[in-house]
Amino acid sequence: MNDTFIKVTSEKLSLDECYQFVVDQACGGIAVFVGTVRNSTKNKEVTQLDFSTYKPMAIKEMQKIANTALEKFEVKKIAIHHAEGVLKIGDIPVIITVSAPHRKAAFDACQYAIDTLKKTVPIWKKEYFSDGEVWVNAHP
Amino acid sequence: MNITILLFGITTDLLKASSLSLSIEKNSSIKSLKKLLLDEYPQLSKINTYAIAVNESYASDETILNENDVVAIIPPVSGG
Repeated sequence: MNDTFIKVTSEKLSLDECYQFVVDQACGGIAVFVGTVRNSTKNKEVTQLDFSTYKPMAIKEMQKIANTALEKFEVKKIAIHHAEGVLKIGDIPVIITVSAPHRKAAFDACQYAIDTLKKTVPIWKKEYFSDGEVWVNAHP
Repeated sequence: MNITILLFGITTDLLKASSLSLSIEKNSSIKSLKKLLLDEYPQLSKINTYAIAVNESYASDETILNENDVVAIIPPVSGG
């Protein structure tokens, strides 16, 4: 029995796949986070994003997050999926689902997972504007 | 010894490559690798900070490099 489901893929992410994985009869709730590509950054229109990954390490780091979430919070199952390649406005780069007997743990674990993913998982996005492109976070 | 260093994100643009090869003394630390990198590739100073991964895990400055290690420069991440 596996309680974690990690994926980095150039295919379209499936909310249903992440949801179905965490469904559990012992759970009273499922928290879901879906990241979506926003149409602007600092009032500048974004045309698309390109996600590149250090895939084997990204998978390892995402697995660590999932394992830690299971240890740290009273949760049952967790799925973390991330997309790579070119995404258009409204597309989904990341989905996290967590099931838990009680909702607070599900919310907390879900927040922990997305916050940590943004800090540690080796994935980079390049934002494209009508007049150029920029690697996000590269110049803090 | 020679090591291959994988590049990602902005560093692929700065160094115009997806990997590079570097000659470094045996038993060098990550700290000395970073210094060597900056000497050989001053373009790297354009990013404020970056991490080094060894064998697909984040390495500390004290980590010692071994032959055949898979080394990567990890610029600030921006997933999610």
